[in-house]
Amino acid sequence: MSLAVVVPPVDLAPRTRSYEPEAFIEPTARDEEWKFSAFNRLKHFFVPDPNAGVVRASGDGVQMRPITSIASSWIPTDMAAAVARANVREGGVLEIPAQAEIIEPIVVDLTTSSAQAYQHLEIVAGSFSSAVVVIRQTLTSEISGSTVITVGDHARLTVITIIEGEKSTALVLQLPVTLGRDAQFTGALAAIGGGAVRIQNSVTYAAPGGSAELLGVFLADTGQHIEQRIFVNHDQPHCKSNVMFKGALLNAEARSVWIGDVLVRKEAIGTDTHQVNRNLLLSDGARADSVPNLELETGDIVKAGHASATGRFDDEQVFYLQSRGIPLDVARQLVVRGFFAEVLGRVGNVEWREELLSKISSRLGIESFGDSDE
Amino acid sequence: MSSLLITDLHAQVETDQGPKDILKGVTLKIESGRTYAIMGPNGSGKSTLAYVIAGHPRYTVTSGSITLDGVDVLSMSVDERARAGLFLAMQYPVEVPGVSVANFLRTAVTAVRGEAPKLRLWIKEMKEAMAAIQMDPSFAERNLNEGFSGGEKKRLEILQLGLLRPKIAVLDETDSGLDVDALRVVSEGVNRFRDETGAGTLLITHYTRILRYIKPDVVHVFAEGRIVETGGPELAEILESEGYERFTTVKS
Ligand SMILES: Nc1ncnc2c1ncn2[C@@H]1O[C@H](COP(=O)(O)OP(=O)(O)OP(=O)(O)O)[C@@H](O)[C@H]1O
Ligand SMILES: [Mg+2]
Repeated sequence: MSLAVVVPPVDLAPRTRSYEPEAFIEPTARDEEWKFSAFNRLKHFFVPDPNAGVVRASGDGVQMRPITSIASSWIPTDMAAAVARANVREGGVLEIPAQAEIIEPIVVDLTTSSAQAYQHLEIVAGSFSSAVVVIRQTLTSEISGSTVITVGDHARLTVITIIEGEKSTALVLQLPVTLGRDAQFTGALAAIGGGAVRIQNSVTYAAPGGSAELLGVFLADTGQHIEQRIFVNHDQPHCKSNVMFKGALLNAEARSVWIGDVLVRKEAIGTDTHQVNRNLLLSDGARADSVPNLELETGDIVKAGHASATGRFDDEQVFYLQSRGIPLDVARQLVVRGFFAEVLGRVGNVEWREELLSKISSRLGIESFGDSDE
Repeated sequence: MSSLLITDLHAQVETDQGPKDILKGVTLKIESGRTYAIMGPNGSGKSTLAYVIAGHPRYTVTSGSITLDGVDVLSMSVDERARAGLFLAMQYPVEVPGVSVANFLRTAVTAVRGEAPKLRLWIKEMKEAMAAIQMDPSFAERNLNEGFSGGEKKRLEILQLGLLRPKIAVLDETDSGLDVDALRVVSEGVNRFRDETGAGTLLITHYTRILRYIKPDVVHVFAEGRIVETGGPELAEILESEGYERFTTVKS
């Protein structure tokens, strides 16, 4: 059942960064970085595909531009990302002007008609701006690439990423976030579909005072392998990070991997960091790996903590609900919804929080039975 | 008129050391319009009896029967029992994170009544039910029992009793953890429910103070997994002053 593998702390920072695929040694299934991955379904991303297309980004204020004209400070940290970066011809760019206070969420749709496509999306929130961005991606094919997020000084940015799609698909995504001085970022990552999905979500601070909240929900069913790797690099003083990911494994042979690495450098005094991953196994034979790592190079911090737990249904909760006449399946669905509600409750935007909850509910086969429609 | 008939009930729980017998031949009848009290020492099996009636999966019935109006209860699932008219107010109500009280109550009421109550009527009904047990309306938006004080949990159990209106109610130490005011509010809730529905009620308690508010017709003494004595309300007074000693020492 619960498989929490404890890995002794290594230097959690990536060893190589390069735009050149050749700079990386081709990974094997035994590498620390890939041993939890659906390696055989992802390894083709290490080899450039000359026929690959481009993932197009559309939405208000989003432009597709030649990749050569996109100034990105981010450098790929693994071979798949470098291959994608070296071969993607165009990328989407969304710039939120400095000082802009955008109330309505900006919805960005990512689509492609190619059997394999490379992706680059660049989101830049100007200083003192405030916005909510929703990235919707329904996978229909093999996609590799990145969504690069830069939050300017004093900016407040929420990015909700919703990944759905068929089980035959694969996605390898790097999701690096850089925070400026006193910037606030909330990321909500909902991986509720797709086949082999590997997302690397990293946070770095370009200046002191940044605050990042990384929220995640994922559902894995038979034939799905959902892998999420978090890396928070605290190398600036007085920054915060709060990571909460929850996953449910619906059926036998569903597989999830969650690796949460938090590195607090010597210079990162006054750091406040917490990360938690909780997984719910709804079936025998499902497997969830959960590995939180915390590496402290300074003790001069506010607080640092991590937790991980993988468990089955709480029978007492189900019994209590059933003892009030609620049928078993509805009781179980309520418990699962409740499990996710803790994370989703932190998504400030009510409309999209409800949208996520309803997407999860429909994946769980919950009808509107007794739902609070007030 | 309803009656719950428990006959020579034996039940055990699975422990690390193997199965352990807890109920050792319980025979008991609960009829509409009547109120029963069960009193007995800690660990004698009172909550186990309540859980077995409700169908808790942790306990296995090894022999005996439970019927509600002649229908076999033991073959029913937990939710079927509730829909058939059984209700258990638990000694330790369970916290369910992420499920609001309002959503839970409406789901339960929909299940037990067989149809969803009309929204406007329902909101009014829920507000009234909360007011009746002096529970702040803000509790509707809170997660079910999560972070509730002991007394608040017990009030919510009685609120559910009033909304679900079972035929037979078992209240397991609903009085424990209540201050005097809360005890009065909760007792009034139980009495209102009894008077309005004419249901049969079984109170499990250690103390006579709740029995001053909710008058029992029959008092059973429970010890070592079975009923060892039955009497009228006066038996409760004797037990409170003298304790259970004479019932526990007779048995080996
Ligand atoms: N899951 C279990 N595993 C092991 N023993 C159990 C379990 N459930 C109940 N028991 C044991 O069964 C006995 C009866 O427990 P029960 O809770 O029914 O007693 P009670 O009469 O309700 O006590 P109290 O007055 O303290 O509430 C106790 O000895 C208890 O430890
Ligand atoms: Mg008890």
